[in-house]
Amino acid sequence: MTTQPRIRMPKLAKKGEVIQIRTLVSHMMESGQRKDASGKTIPRNIINRFSCTFNGRPVLACDIEPAIAANPYLEFSARVEESGTFRFTWAADDGMVISASEKITIR
Amino acid sequence: MNHRVRPAMPTLSRRDALRIAAGSAALAVTGSRAQGASDVANAIAAFTGGRAPEAGSITLDLAAAVEDGNSVPLSVTVESPMRPDDHVSEILVVADANPWPRVASFQFSPTAGKAAFSTRIRLAADQNVIVLAKMNDGRIFTARQHVEVTIGACTN
Repeated sequence: MTTQPRIRMPKLAKKGEVIQIRTLVSHMMESGQRKDASGKTIPRNIINRFSCTFNGRPVLACDIEPAIAANPYLEFSARVEESGTFRFTWAADDGMVISASEKITIR
Repeated sequence: MNHRVRPAMPTLSRRDALRIAAGSAALAVTGSRAQGASDVANAIAAFTGGRAPEAGSITLDLAAAVEDGNSVPLSVTVESPMRPDDHVSEILVVADANPWPRVASFQFSPTAGKAAFSTRIRLAADQNVIVLAKMNDGRIFTARQHVEVTIGACTN
């Protein structure tokens, strides 16, 4: 069901540059508000937490509620002072954790 | 790109445990979950800690009318140099007529470089989207936009 998250960001940056990072992860974001054909509530199962770190230090984190659309898309920025690795983590209600990482080099 | 998926675990996370504990406490006091306007007021009060929000500093990029409430583009930018001594620390998004008004809250570090994000939200009906930003010195800024929704995000 889960596919690889998609991350768009530059591979190279100047020291001190603020880069744009775009992320998209496939997830139905079942809100817990919907009912199935027999009238039973479909249990909530959403991505409830996203976080991004650079070389182990926090950049941005997000507590997510059911009002974020299916296949959560998030665009944000980061100031890059050194070469290193961005790590991205998405955590779902059912315990599933999706992680990804991207390297960037100061030119 | 490295990629890893950990399967569902049967154990409760700390977050879930806290959520359940908080839910039980609320039920014990009120008998049912608070609804509507009080939910919105509670979400905002929990964020501001009672401090009065100021207008300004926030640019909210959100359409005034949308056809499909299932996926509404939202962009938020807060004016800030994002230095360790002067930065946005947190942003809360609330939709005041959704069944669960909290939409998302973001925690920023100065490393973010810009206090900005874009995402896509669900809106169940015509309503106000309210954004609150907290600075590292405790000041709160707010902005809002009314959105007319032709087809609300499905709740049935």
